[in-house]
Amino acid sequence: MSNRPPATNWSTDFDHLDSRWSENPYPIWDELRQTCPIAHTDRFMGAYFPSRYEDVRAIAYDTEHFSSRRVVVRETRTSLPPAPPITSDPPAHRPAKQVLLPAFTPEMISRHEPRTRAICRELLARIDGKDGCDGAVDYAQEIPVRVIAHMLGVPEEDADQFRKWIKEILEIGVTDIGVLLRAQGEMIAYFAEKVAARRASPGEDLISYLLSSRVEGRALSDEHIGGTLRLLMIAGIDTTWSAIGSCLWHLAQHAQDRRRLATEPDLMGSAVEEFLRAYAPVTMAREVVKQTEIGGCTFKPGHMVLLSFPAANRDPAMFPDADRVIIDRAQNRHAAFGLGIHRCIGSNLARMEIRVALGEWLARIPEFRLDPDRPVTWSVGTVRGPRRLPLLLGA
Amino acid sequence: MAPKLLRVKVDRERCQGHARCFALAPELFALDEFGNGRERGDGLVAATLEDKARLAQANCPELAIEVTEE
Repeated sequence: MSNRPPATNWSTDFDHLDSRWSENPYPIWDELRQTCPIAHTDRFMGAYFPSRYEDVRAIAYDTEHFSSRRVVVRETRTSLPPAPPITSDPPAHRPAKQVLLPAFTPEMISRHEPRTRAICRELLARIDGKDGCDGAVDYAQEIPVRVIAHMLGVPEEDADQFRKWIKEILEIGVTDIGVLLRAQGEMIAYFAEKVAARRASPGEDLISYLLSSRVEGRALSDEHIGGTLRLLMIAGIDTTWSAIGSCLWHLAQHAQDRRRLATEPDLMGSAVEEFLRAYAPVTMAREVVKQTEIGGCTFKPGHMVLLSFPAANRDPAMFPDADRVIIDRAQNRHAAFGLGIHRCIGSNLARMEIRVALGEWLARIPEFRLDPDRPVTWSVGTVRGPRRLPLLLGA
Repeated sequence: MAPKLLRVKVDRERCQGHARCFALAPELFALDEFGNGRERGDGLVAATLEDKARLAQANCPELAIEVTEE
């Protein structure tokens, strides 16, 4: 994003694609919370940025004034095919979500735990014994993509293609419309072919599940199924990959947390929640469709809202010592998976993947640290996490 | 004076299925087929589970859990 004019003022000209924002957004958000809790920019054809938990919550709950028909802040207001239920508003949202929910309960997700554990062990077997590795490239990025491929019943070998589409849709395509539309078109064609194959020969996978699902007695349209499949793939991969990477990034730098987690596995539950709070990867968006006022700010129709659950999670009014990672934090109403009707449908899947990925890593590699000679790099935009995470392994 | 009894109740309208209550206090909460939370039985909390009831309430992102004393 080096060709963009740098943001001159975070309150009136913020740019979440600015490298200062993607590399370390927390001081920027702290400053905004104190000086201008709902910032605005004329970039992106107009967008707001609320940084307080209470305002993020109010907007997430207000589906009358804030629509989900656009969930990514882009340079232009491109019209994309819907991906229900994430792009659905009431009343269409509820049936589109209900149809998916039974496949994503903790009980159903636990069936994918053995495969997830096997993937982690396979990756660790390649890493173990080396002096160093890239925790993002060699480990984190490989786990969710293979698990979601397994769930959808598509080849795990297509992982590189999936990651390429996601980067094109969520990063490059934010400013390059041609890349966005091409990636969308390729994904639509990919899933149309998979759906046709499953229709002819159903299996135990999510594509077959969607084909056999009925909403109010009717089968889902091909357009609906394709949109949902694109959503599951896009939302299920770099989100959790980012979360696992951020956990490793934290643990590489905090020996006390690393050793406590390795020796007290009962802490894993609260630690995962705390990592999700402190390093929440996903920032969604809404489009203002009716003028309203929240937190003393007038929201004008046509402008977007960057709905930053990561910023809400760092609000000291909601979380004491918000900038400290406390792996046994007892009270943690974090918003990493959103609030209200759009609560992430994959939250139980993500939690399982993060828990298994960290548990397996620490069992095999209890000691590791950042490689001081090679930089960590971060993704830009909707999903934030390390994309290069060079580590030195062993004590 | 009789000891106070705690009762938990999930507000089904507020619950969005984060499933934190079930993770933290499975003795007191269950999930339905959609993964949404509900209290087990009549929601009465055994004295040994009072801390868990409070913990579940304190971790519900949607503020959907009521804990009442009777």
